[in-house]
Formats: sequence, structure tokens, C-alpha cells
Amino acid sequence: MEIPYIVEARPDTGLHNGKLGIWLFLASEVMLFGALFSTYILLRVGASEWPHGDLSVLLGTINTIILIASSVTMVMAWASLKLNDWGKHRLYLALTFVLALVFLVNKYFEYSEHLTKGEGPWHSTFFAIYFTLTGLHGLHIVGGMVVMAYFLGPGAKLWKKNPDQFANRIEATGLYWHFVDLVWIFLFPVLYLL
Amino acid sequence: MHSDPAEVRKSVRSYITVFVMLMVFTIITVGVSRFHFAVPLAITVALIIAAMKGSMVAGVFMHLSHERQLIYGTLLLTAAFFFMLLFLPVLAYMDRVRY
Repeated sequence: MEIPYIVEARPDTGLHNGKLGIWLFLASEVMLFGALFSTYILLRVGASEWPHGDLSVLLGTINTIILIASSVTMVMAWASLKLNDWGKHRLYLALTFVLALVFLVNKYFEYSEHLTKGEGPWHSTFFAIYFTLTGLHGLHIVGGMVVMAYFLGPGAKLWKKNPDQFANRIEATGLYWHFVDLVWIFLFPVLYLL
Repeated sequence: MHSDPAEVRKSVRSYITVFVMLMVFTIITVGVSRFHFAVPLAITVALIIAAMKGSMVAGVFMHLSHERQLIYGTLLLTAAFFFMLLFLPVLAYMDRVRY
């Protein structure tokens, strides 16, 4: 049996099912990160003192720039498909993957520096919420990379069979990736600067 | 969501513009944090800039500036619950046991 409305829009929603699905998923993600942001506020308001300057602003800024750049390459990967330019699509998607990897490498150096100083999640309330928020965000980066690797590898075959469906899948991947970028845009000032 | 190649080409220009603006706002965020404002002012300024950056990502990269009504409805409902969630700490603070 063929799944309906994977390419054409459903008449009642005006959307193909994949797009509605990814937006509903992102809505649940907003609540997940919202709960953690709410926890951060509760902990910070209740703390008699809050550490400042314990994190590397330089590394945080570099990672912000990397994620913003990866959002652009991701949207360009989708736009290239719409312009029927397969080569450019592959290039932009691979670039997004590499930028995500660089983000994680930076995070690894950041984490290991804190852990060698004994500043793990057990060290203080600040480091507990820092590792929880950035760890969960990092897992989302890994999840995005798995999907991108699939579309760079075996998933790429779909382009020849059904280009519209492939473009829809890249669009859904992009929506997820931009959301991951969006979360970081708020995490960066909250954890590194304030 | 555009499918017409001419429209997509036009969108590509807006992606580049937004990219440059996001970079500028990132530099402003870091720059402003160096002034060491009072905590409430610093939080307000940082969150206003973050909200501006976030709306650019959502509006242009996620194409929310021209999306279907159903998506807007879903996000409006999510936003309502999100703000309720953010106000939970306030409720918890007001519900403290007084001795």
C-alpha cells in the first residue's frame, strides 16, 4: 500500500504529511527545551550567587558562527534541489555535515577542559544545567548528522526515483536543523554571556 | 514555500542577507556583554537580540514568513504552552511555604 500525500499537499491541511509531521515534532521539541529553560530560570532565580566567566566565550562564539553557517548551507542544499543542481546540493549538504562535525569537535575540547579541571555536572548547579542543556543540544546535532549522512549515502538514490519526495525530505531535515540552530542562538547568551 | 526557480533564486539572496545580519547580531551580542550592565538589563538586551536572530532564522530559513495557516496555528498553541511553562518558576516562587 502506498502512503498518500508524501509529495502532493493534502486538500484539508494544504501540506504534505511529512511537513506537518516535522512541525508537530518541532512543537514537542519546543516543549522539551522549554522545560529545561524553565528549570534554568528556577535554578538561577533561586541561587544566592551565579558563576560568571567560567565558560570560554571565544569557543561559544566560534560555535555560534559555525551553526549559523551550517543553517545557510542547509537551506542552500534545499534551494539547489529546487534549482535542479544535484552537484551543488551534495556540496552544500556535505558542508553542513562537516560544520556540524566541527561544532562537536569544539564541544569536545570545551567539555574535556572542564572535566579535567573537575568541573563536571556534579561540580555545581551551573555546570549541572550547562551539561544538561548543551549535552541534549549536542545529541540533537548528532541526530541531524545521522540523517544528513543517510541522505549523502544510501538515501540519495531517491532523487532519481522521486525527486519531489527527496526535496521534501531535505526540506524536513532543514527545518529540524534550523531548529537546532535556533536553540543554540538562545543557549549561547544564556550560558556563556549572562 | 517556493517551487518556481526564479522565486528560489530570489530567496537565495535573502538567505545571504540574513546570514550577514546573523553574524552582525552575534558580534553585537558578544560586544554588549563586555559592558557589564546590571543583570536585569543585560538579560533583557541579550534576549531581545537572541529573539531577533531567532525570528530571522524561523522567518527566512524555515520559511515561516509564508507558511500555511495550520503551521501558524500549531506554533501559536505551542507558544502559549511554552510561556505557561516559563511562568511555572514564578508560580513555584509564589507558592513558597512561609514560616
